[in-house]
Amino acid sequence: MREGPRFLLLNRIGCTQYDQNIRKMKTHDRGDLLAETAAIMAKGVTKAFGQGETVVRALDNVSCEIRTGEFFTLLGPSGCGKTTLLRLIAGFEMPTDGQILIDGQDVTGQPPNKRAVNTVFQSYALFPHLSVAENIGFGLRMKGIARAEIDRTVKEMLALVKLEAMAGRRTSQLSGGQQQRVALARALAPRPKVLLLDEPLSALDLKLRKEMQVELKRLQTETGITFVFVTHDQEEALTMSDRIAVMSAGRIQQLGAPREIYTRPRNRFVASFIGDTNFLGATGVPGGAKLGSGQVIAVDTGGKGGQITLAVRPEHVEITTPDAEGAIPAEVHGSVYFGTDMNYQIALADGSEIEACVQSGVTGEAQIDRGAKVGIRFAPGSVLMLED
Amino acid sequence: MASEAERAQAAASTRNAWLLSTPALVLLFCAAAGPLLIVLVYSFLAKGDYGGVAWNFSTDGWVGILFSRDIFDDTLQLADAHLTIFWRSVKISLLTTLITFALGFPTAWFIATRPPKARAMWLFLITIPFWTNLLIRTFAINEMIRNEGVVNSFLQGIGLISEPIRMINTDLAVLIGMTYVYLPLMVLPLFAAIDRFDMRLLEAGYDLYASRLQVLRHVILPIVKPGIVAGSILVFVPSLGAYVTPRVLGGGKNMMIGNFIELQFGQGRNWPLGAALSIALLLIVMIALIFYVRAATKGSNPHG
Repeated sequence: MREGPRFLLLNRIGCTQYDQNIRKMKTHDRGDLLAETAAIMAKGVTKAFGQGETVVRALDNVSCEIRTGEFFTLLGPSGCGKTTLLRLIAGFEMPTDGQILIDGQDVTGQPPNKRAVNTVFQSYALFPHLSVAENIGFGLRMKGIARAEIDRTVKEMLALVKLEAMAGRRTSQLSGGQQQRVALARALAPRPKVLLLDEPLSALDLKLRKEMQVELKRLQTETGITFVFVTHDQEEALTMSDRIAVMSAGRIQQLGAPREIYTRPRNRFVASFIGDTNFLGATGVPGGAKLGSGQVIAVDTGGKGGQITLAVRPEHVEITTPDAEGAIPAEVHGSVYFGTDMNYQIALADGSEIEACVQSGVTGEAQIDRGAKVGIRFAPGSVLMLED
Repeated sequence: MASEAERAQAAASTRNAWLLSTPALVLLFCAAAGPLLIVLVYSFLAKGDYGGVAWNFSTDGWVGILFSRDIFDDTLQLADAHLTIFWRSVKISLLTTLITFALGFPTAWFIATRPPKARAMWLFLITIPFWTNLLIRTFAINEMIRNEGVVNSFLQGIGLISEPIRMINTDLAVLIGMTYVYLPLMVLPLFAAIDRFDMRLLEAGYDLYASRLQVLRHVILPIVKPGIVAGSILVFVPSLGAYVTPRVLGGGKNMMIGNFIELQFGQGRNWPLGAALSIALLLIVMIALIFYVRAATKGSNPHG
């Protein structure tokens, strides 16, 4: 069944596990990229808020590398530490422990105005006393760039975000989407090494958000600047990112390409946070896993015995007849219509419930009645063992 | 389209609104417009021998602002003493405005960044001086800074100075008194402006390579400018016409315009000059304000 995030459980997943993950990534995933070329490098970063009894670890020994030129997303529920990590990179917060490197330079103690990164704020934080053009030129002006150079860059930026006609306007006269573009242009104008985006699309309505997703991706490709994007929206993360770090409880739970994160979630949290997942309790046996209802299904358990947790996406659950080959007998408990899809709630013999997602028919009527005896099969290779 | 009944109703409501505001309008006329008119008329009359006015048209009052008639040959000479008083008034008022701003801005910032509960308490503390009569507060300052006052006694007591520092009856004393009296008038509008300031803009400023000083200059000050303008007006205008503070702390010699005007209506027995001075002060303040507000709001609103 759909699972909510399990923070408490995941508190126990240690940094050692994550460090292993980094090491593994270095060997096969990172390829020939050297550590020095990383746009951002966080080394064992911890950030604690509060004092004594009430101390809260917003980040707990987080290490990660963000490659130059990539669209990197920090994904997680609110309070997972993603914004804190972004603010540490920007310099608005100082880490309790650990180091932050930008382009190979240790910037840990440096204030934000000394760091070659710029931020697009969730609230945009545009200067109300300045025009659109003055907002965009602000960073360059503070850097002491010559007037003519500023004007030229501002013009370029206005063209980049398609706001040439608005140059002289006050920011308060702009729509939400336009303000968003100004915020982007303002942060891009000083040509930062890294652009930090703190949930920049959350204030926009759905249609505008979709447009801006495309726009952001275009800007990133055109400018070639490294983007670090913070969001709690998994779809946004999957569609836009080169790589995603899924965060929870102050730690990175998994880091990888969108496809990898979706198809091979490492643990229960990642599996439930990204997309819908069925979890099944099973026992490791030679050649696969034995479900509570007695069937043995083929899973790569790595030879692990005892209690294990399996995960399978609803769209990989096939509903068939009870007597079909390899089918697990089950009973349909209900169905929900989602437009393109139809979700069936199905109970297995041992009482565990799973969800199956099938394309809805032309009429949208349920094809299988409640209470029907059916058999279910899992698509080959779709069942994963989680590292719980 | 408005029907006959609707129009009648609208007319009646307008009539009622005027009726309701009549008492206030009458009061305003009697207490503000009327007296001002009388002062204006007096400024163009000749002075009476024992005070008051003689009902003959004369511009002596206005001429007397800048010139004094020689006792012997009746020629006009520039009145240095008057100019000194004007200059002192402007100087002390400007300094008071500047000092109250320098002290008031950090104070207002401090209050505006407190949690809401503490903020109410601090604002309450700021208003406490208003509870006591201005005269008493001014005499209290006198008690602090006079030669045998608290400050000098203390400094002499601990052996830091052997002779008392002379503060009373100087421009400094007037400045200290005025700063104290008008500080809340600067803090309150500044607080209102800073309270509306979006603190997230600070981070945006730092993020865009501005140093702390640049953030203050290019982000904070331009945005809270309406508060600075309001505070400056609230301090400068009454400072220029201050009477009690220069009288009590400045002694007879360190007069400001307010004391000078009073003198004309009292010992000076020159009512037309006093009236002309009053009108001149009013005009100067109005013109100064127009220029100041124009300059201060320039660029902050293209439609203004």
